[in-house]
Amino acid sequence: MSQVTKERNETEENAQGWRAIVADWSTDREVFRHTHWGKAMMWIFLLSDTFIFSSFLISYMTMRASATMAWPDTAEVFALTIGGQSIPLILIAIMTFVLISSSGTMALAVNYGYRRNRKVTAALMFATALLGAAFVGMQAFEWTKLIEEGVRPWSNPMGAPQFGASFFMITGFHGLHVTCGVIMLLIVATLVLRGHYDRAGDYSAVEIAGLYWHFVDLVWVFIFAFFYLW
Amino acid sequence: MATTIADDLTPMHHPRTWVGKYVWSQDHKVIAIQYSVTAIAIGLVALVLSVLMRLQLGFPGVFPWIQPENYLQYVSMHGMIMVVYLLTALLLGGFGNYMIPLMIGARDMVFPFVNMLSYWVYLLSVLVLVAGFFVPGGPTGAGWTLYPPQAISEGTPGSQWGIVTMLVSLAIFIVAFTMGGLNYVTTVLQARTRGMTLMRMPLTVWGIFIASIMGLLAFPALFVAAIMMLLDHVAGASFFMPSMMSMGQATDTLGGSPILFQHLFWFFGHPEVYIVALPAFGIVSDLISVHARKNIFGYRMMVWAIVIIGGLSFIVWAHHMYVSGMNPYFGFFFATSTLIIAIPTAIKVYNWLLTLWRGDIHLRVPMLFALAFLFTFIHGGLSGLFLGNVSVDVPLSDTFFVVGHFHMVMGVSPILVIFGAIYHWYPKIAGRMWNQALAQVHFWVTFLGVYAIYLPMHYLGVLGVPRRYYALGETSFIPESAHLANQAISIAAIVVFAAQFLFFYNMIWSLFRGPKAGPNPWGAASLEWQTPDTPPRHGNWGAKLPTVYRWAYDYSVPHAPRDFIPQDEPHPKDTAP
Ligand code: HEM
Ligand SMILES: [Cu+2]
Repeated sequence: MSQVTKERNETEENAQGWRAIVADWSTDREVFRHTHWGKAMMWIFLLSDTFIFSSFLISYMTMRASATMAWPDTAEVFALTIGGQSIPLILIAIMTFVLISSSGTMALAVNYGYRRNRKVTAALMFATALLGAAFVGMQAFEWTKLIEEGVRPWSNPMGAPQFGASFFMITGFHGLHVTCGVIMLLIVATLVLRGHYDRAGDYSAVEIAGLYWHFVDLVWVFIFAFFYLW
Repeated sequence: MATTIADDLTPMHHPRTWVGKYVWSQDHKVIAIQYSVTAIAIGLVALVLSVLMRLQLGFPGVFPWIQPENYLQYVSMHGMIMVVYLLTALLLGGFGNYMIPLMIGARDMVFPFVNMLSYWVYLLSVLVLVAGFFVPGGPTGAGWTLYPPQAISEGTPGSQWGIVTMLVSLAIFIVAFTMGGLNYVTTVLQARTRGMTLMRMPLTVWGIFIASIMGLLAFPALFVAAIMMLLDHVAGASFFMPSMMSMGQATDTLGGSPILFQHLFWFFGHPEVYIVALPAFGIVSDLISVHARKNIFGYRMMVWAIVIIGGLSFIVWAHHMYVSGMNPYFGFFFATSTLIIAIPTAIKVYNWLLTLWRGDIHLRVPMLFALAFLFTFIHGGLSGLFLGNVSVDVPLSDTFFVVGHFHMVMGVSPILVIFGAIYHWYPKIAGRMWNQALAQVHFWVTFLGVYAIYLPMHYLGVLGVPRRYYALGETSFIPESAHLANQAISIAAIVVFAAQFLFFYNMIWSLFRGPKAGPNPWGAASLEWQTPDTPPRHGNWGAKLPTVYRWAYDYSVPHAPRDFIPQDEPHPKDTAP
């Protein structure tokens, strides 16, 4: 036997501290033990996507800091007049509430998926998709309202032109994510209902869809904080 | 979505139709070849553009059909194609796809369907890029860095449509890369065969693995920059556009930040340098080890150096912006972090040299290219130390010194490794050997030619010859000899260009006429040479996945029967786990 390899193997087995951590992590076959590769892949994708949203948000923040015209007061811009009274940020509050609730139904769906409860899983996923669609609908309403008030990517009667441009860009990109998520949820839910995953013996797809959905919600929280509350 | 690919239990679907096997194939090897052929084809376009530039620079006025705006378009398309569409696609999409599953003992990537999509979307991005040559106004002439406001302002070549096709193509490319990159990373993490620990993987896989992670984290910034610039251009937004005078008129834009684009671009751009360098580092380590019949010196150190370089390269980007007018303290920070990267990089260079030290060196063509890489890389690395310092960079910035530097370090070095790698792995991929004499000629002309091209450029740069200039004209500080040097460079470039046809001729000739290669002509220990069939078939490993018992570098082991021990050979006393 090769002396070199033998020694290497021995140091690996008796490793301590950092080396032990490295040795654990680099064991054969799977770094994340008993983890479906699809789940690992989704996590990595979400990490990459985090960088996209971070780039958007950081760009928006530097732009806002260096804009030469006044930034509109978001509390006023996003106020709705209900019953003769102007309530700041009310629509966004509802949208946020809807999206966060959808994370709840999604988490339940994953839970029922583990228990192999086909019908309840599918029902909860359809509910999640419905809430997501409602969110996109409200977003469309908000866009229409802003456009009616004269906000465009190239101009903004209320102040800095970057306001409208970054609003449409960031919420648009997020809305696109939600829309894709809704489509994915509908597909997976249909497959659940048809018993596809019972036959395959593996409900991982539900969990993977759930990961994506929670991520989209989490991103919204940041957009909400940085764009609307700031 | 069933069980992991590393599992022997998953039955594979072998396509039966010709289209399923070779066109819409989900086999990582076919996808790799599709990626490589496409990348090399578009790379040839970039090569031709470089010759056109050299014709203009060496013999100004002789080619009246090269107008100043054409020159700028050649520069821009040449740079972008070389960096993104050739090197990134070839090293990750080509070599990554071919090598990862074979080297770690998997049957395929974990998600072959998405892997296949990755290629087709890449092809789409190339087609959109090429469309840029035919739109009104031609391709963009803003330089490969595409800096706004000039990239989208009237007066810049291609500011009508060329910039749009370029940005759209980049966005599509990033989608394609993401689909591939997710596969490469996840496959390495989750689908290795029995016994293949991370610390037993060949360095080629390590380089590609870390580069893919970097791509997944760096391309997002470019993606965002592209979308924002598209909105600026198409929807009239002012993300990057300040209020300014253009063609004697005030523009509608106001309040945007051009520097923001530079930050986004270089947050991608610098890691990109290492995205093409790390796979090359990995491959060259393996070439040197195999052809010097010695284990790689300091394997663990090599792995950690790759990881550390990958991490550090995300905090050095603004060394490309010393002259942008950013806060001087930034310059201090980024100069420091830039110079720190030199440490792990130097470790790698020393380890390569120490691997060669007293090795049983076989000067076969792959090894020649690996040695050539050491020359050009050390060379480019040293001039990089100059440019990393703010006070030295400021006068050299935007001169031919920079052109000489980056061609050495990230242009030519990876290209030399790619040549070496193709000569090295072709026998496995096609099952045939090359004509050695032709390959030697190709090597020497390319290697010496590269020096003839780029060494004088450093000198021109020190004289103050600016880059991206169509012609030097009458300038008091540029002596007559500079024009002579330019002519010499151009002639060398044309010779090097011509020599590449030896390579292509040899490749095609050996595909049909080359002598049959055995399964392991170089006596290499890593797993890809131990496949039951050469070229490997769909599924790679026949009925049973291999088991790995050792690292990939057991060469010249004392008392062993051969001068190498394959990774899947058990230790005499061990039985299978
Ligand atoms: C025979 C091979 C090559 C020749 C003769 C060549 C020549 C040139 C020339 C003449 C320029 C323009 C200089 C100027 O006016 O500013 C240039 C720019 C450039 N080249 Fe190459 N090149 C070659 C290969 C490569 C490779 C392999 C890469 C891959 C990284 C590359 C990347 C670039 C980049 C990024 C630019 C800068 C473009 C810009 O300024 O926007 N080149 N090259
Ligand atoms: Cu850099």
